[in-house]
Amino acid sequence: MKDLKIEGSPKTPTIEFNSEKGYLLVRGRSIPENSIEFYKSLIEALEAYNTNSQPNTKVDVQLEYFNTSSSKCILDVFKKLEAINAGSSNVVINWYYEEDDEDMLEAGEDYQAIINVPFKMIEVGEE
Amino acid sequence: MDNIHDFYNKMEKGNIMLSFKGEVTSDLLTSILQIMESKMETLDESPKIKKKVYNILVECLQNLYHHIDEDDVATSVKENSALFMIKKEDGEYSIMTGNFITKENVNSLKHRLDKINEMDKDALKDYYKEVLNNGEMSAKGGGGLGMIDIARKSGKKLEYNFDDVDANHSFFSLNIKVAQ
Repeated sequence: MKDLKIEGSPKTPTIEFNSEKGYLLVRGRSIPENSIEFYKSLIEALEAYNTNSQPNTKVDVQLEYFNTSSSKCILDVFKKLEAINAGSSNVVINWYYEEDDEDMLEAGEDYQAIINVPFKMIEVGEE
Repeated sequence: MDNIHDFYNKMEKGNIMLSFKGEVTSDLLTSILQIMESKMETLDESPKIKKKVYNILVECLQNLYHHIDEDDVATSVKENSALFMIKKEDGEYSIMTGNFITKENVNSLKHRLDKINEMDKDALKDYYKEVLNNGEMSAKGGGGLGMIDIARKSGKKLEYNFDDVDANHSFFSLNIKVAQ
């Protein structure tokens, strides 16, 4: 099993993936100039996980900002989760957005409309 | 030294918060974002405006960055140079960019911008989803989503212009206003 722990930076999010717990966290900013490169390891980890997944998989996405280059990669991540959900694991994606951040809520709804995985929109108070 | 004073007055009158002319590099992009973030913090902008402006800045700057990057076959220095300005007037933010493009790309860019400008909020949302889901991703990322995203976040029509420079080049100006 391939676990992942990537520390966040001003342009890239924190990523934690624990295959034993069936848990994925993506948190922070995702505005790299080259997002394909950045998301590659997560895509690979999810592909490996799909062959031996837990009964339940929980995903927390807590993004503050993301650029359009990341938006395609995030869709690719969700497509992997869709495949895992169609397989032997029940996946839930929790999409967090800050109070009043309609753009982030809408972004979550855009993915929800495309991806066949249960989404939960979770509003959080401002810090 | 009068010219410098003139420059200052022009920028002051134009309510320019920040301007840059030159080559847009990855480091520069990071610095501009940091500067603008702290400026907006000092000005006590609402989280909503801060996020919108920040998002649009990221897309604009990365457009300039990738554009320049893709054009590295260019021979003239001019093609690598861009202009970037942020203005705040009567509480409204405008983000302005200018860069050289080859004439053969003018029509397709103009067509894309006109198509985006004809769309209302819901049509833009649908178009974004369509391109996100079906669009090919270019090696540099983006894949045509940038302008759609900018239009969605700005809530206003994209103002643009193409000026003739020489036989092969035009200067592309883009003015993005951020709706309050």
